[in-house]
Amino acid sequence: MKEIILLKDGELALKGLNRSTFEDILIKNIRGRLAPLGGFAFRKSQSTVTVEPETDDVDLDEAVRRIQTTFGIVGVSRAAVCEKDIRTICETAYDYLYDELTFAKTFKVKAKRSDKNFPLASPAICDEVGGYLLSKLRGLKVDVHDPDVTVTVEVRDNAAFIHGAQKPGAGGMPTGTGGRACLLISGGIDSPVAGYMIAKRGVKLTAVHFASPPYTSAQAEEKVHDLLEKVSVYAGRINLFTVPFTKIQEAIRDDCPEEMFTVTMRRMMMRVASRIAVWQGCDALITGESLGQVASQTIHALKCTDACASLPVFRPCIGMDKNEIIEISRKIDAFDISIRPYEDCCTVFTPRHPRTRPTPEYAEKTEALIQNADALIEEAVQNAVLKIIEAW
Amino acid sequence: MEVYLDNSATTRVCASAAQAALDAMTAEYGNPSSLHSKGLAAKKILDDARRAAAERLGGLPEEIFFSHSGTLANNAAVFGAVQAKRRAGNRIVTTAAEHPSVGKCMDELERQGFEVIRLKPASDGNIPAEALQEAVNEKTILVSMMLVNNETGAIFPVEQIRRAVRAANAPALIHTDAIQAFGKLPVRLSSLGVDLLTASGHKLHAPKGVGLLYVKKGVGLKPFVYGGGQENGLFSGTQPLPAVAGFGAAIREADVSTHLPAAKENMRFLRGLLEHIPAVRFNSPADASPYILNFSVEGIPSQVTINFLSAREIYVSAGSACKKGHRSEVLTAMGLPPDRIDTALRVSLSRFTTKEELTAFADALSDAVKTVRTKL
Repeated sequence: MKEIILLKDGELALKGLNRSTFEDILIKNIRGRLAPLGGFAFRKSQSTVTVEPETDDVDLDEAVRRIQTTFGIVGVSRAAVCEKDIRTICETAYDYLYDELTFAKTFKVKAKRSDKNFPLASPAICDEVGGYLLSKLRGLKVDVHDPDVTVTVEVRDNAAFIHGAQKPGAGGMPTGTGGRACLLISGGIDSPVAGYMIAKRGVKLTAVHFASPPYTSAQAEEKVHDLLEKVSVYAGRINLFTVPFTKIQEAIRDDCPEEMFTVTMRRMMMRVASRIAVWQGCDALITGESLGQVASQTIHALKCTDACASLPVFRPCIGMDKNEIIEISRKIDAFDISIRPYEDCCTVFTPRHPRTRPTPEYAEKTEALIQNADALIEEAVQNAVLKIIEAW
Repeated sequence: MEVYLDNSATTRVCASAAQAALDAMTAEYGNPSSLHSKGLAAKKILDDARRAAAERLGGLPEEIFFSHSGTLANNAAVFGAVQAKRRAGNRIVTTAAEHPSVGKCMDELERQGFEVIRLKPASDGNIPAEALQEAVNEKTILVSMMLVNNETGAIFPVEQIRRAVRAANAPALIHTDAIQAFGKLPVRLSSLGVDLLTASGHKLHAPKGVGLLYVKKGVGLKPFVYGGGQENGLFSGTQPLPAVAGFGAAIREADVSTHLPAAKENMRFLRGLLEHIPAVRFNSPADASPYILNFSVEGIPSQVTINFLSAREIYVSAGSACKKGHRSEVLTAMGLPPDRIDTALRVSLSRFTTKEELTAFADALSDAVKTVRTKL
């Protein structure tokens, strides 16, 4: 039996004249992910994209998994393709969905006839297919309101498609339709989630990680690679810049008052990240900050850090509780990596009593105490090391 | 220059052990249980290794059983002994400083309703012999005490256990985890007076994947792994012959009478170097095994020192390598303050360690103390 994959592209349907551009990018993204699995033909029609394997030996389960994590799709289903003949449609529905139907108590048939030359109208198709399935499967009942299985029959111009339950897609907008932004990633729970959330809106990611050897370990860097690989499952290729941050942290430690250590450090991070972001063609920064979570994430502290960024700062987790962030972290399979017990550069030096209500003026004054800060920032940017993270 | 000072975690396989393992994989690769001559040749390797271990301990070859790890041997010893003696009493005496492969067994036995007495090391890391005598009573069915502590190198009073058991007229079996001692210190069954003893190959320059359990003749241990009945039914499963062959070679090469004085000299040298670094505070007792030194570096968390040294290809450990991310239970049991525990390092030597390596280590540590500071 010939099988294809049907994609529902959801939100793209809301686009106007440039809808086709969005769809083309979506197809390009999926094509890239599926390429290692074999050849596929893509076809667009209405709000559905059909993906048809060109050979029989393609791993369709894996293809569906890869499509499910592609942004821009709300639903994925595998469908059987058959001739546009009602008898064949009935038989195919029975064969193809036999397993699902035998485990179900109730079902309904949904029909869509986009080929108006097909002799039966949609309700008639439902009657025929439903009647056939009822006659073959004893004990099965029809429930049009809350069925265990919905059998969908789509009669299209060139063939009929039959499928069961639709699997959820990743939602969002196709990667690459929303520009590029730079994620500041520490290795905790929040920043990978923040990266994922912004990537979901079609944004390509560049990432910046601050490493402070010997205060932070090689394992902490490894952890960031692993986390970004999980984000990359959805977001595609990510360019990671690892910035040597030890000298800057030691300078802050030596020159600035303890209570301002963290805020000053965040400001320096913003400066370094802004430089790399602009150089890499990003139009925004992304952080995992959540309002009030720690002293450096109070509204006052954020005002101080924002003052140093030369680009807009996106903070998608800003209004979320920790457990809401964790929920997404688990969903993208990052949580178990995030909780590995390695210190990152944010946690090595922690003031006993950080200032929770710093003012930008005071932060500036503090920062001015750092000996040749500009040279240190320049050096950090220059010595950043690039690594390309790509899950597929 | 690579300086590997984490030999209590594992060791580099010595040349003769690697060769023996290779031969057992490529030439004599038979199954020692097979009845043909290929199997027989493999069995000969197994018997040679068994004899080497028996000679080293002063026991009989038929008292030596090879397991697939030290952990498995410790589990078999502890659970096997308790199973064998469960009708005779309910008390088990051990220490609060055991390796998890004994310590976690004790936790489980406690859950099963046994009374587990854990002797605490004193602040110097040693276990007071008087506490041992008090803890053993006529209901004691097992005393399990490691010979050399894996974190501090402290030598525990295993030799005193037999007397304590006799004095209390206890039905107890005596087990020692000698993993950090075997092949390094004189470990003789006649002076230890134990019924069960555990050792591990990869702590003694043999490949990973082999442990050893000595079971005194007449002591019946109930197995808890069932299968083909290898190792007299105690450790079912085909013997890990390459590792066993390597273990045999490594045992024959370990010469305590010449290696121990050299290790003592190295340890004296190392302590001398570290005494010149003011931030260093020793946690190991003065009379500990000369292969292990535990100390704290004031003001620098263990992981930071490890990172600093690691970048210079110098490899040491924080406490015990088995318990990443947790505060050392041994140092906690010794009553050391949290600051001291969080900055503790374990340096462990091997018979291949040179003074040059120790000097390189001490120099690097001294650099770390000068440049690294996490206190704001």
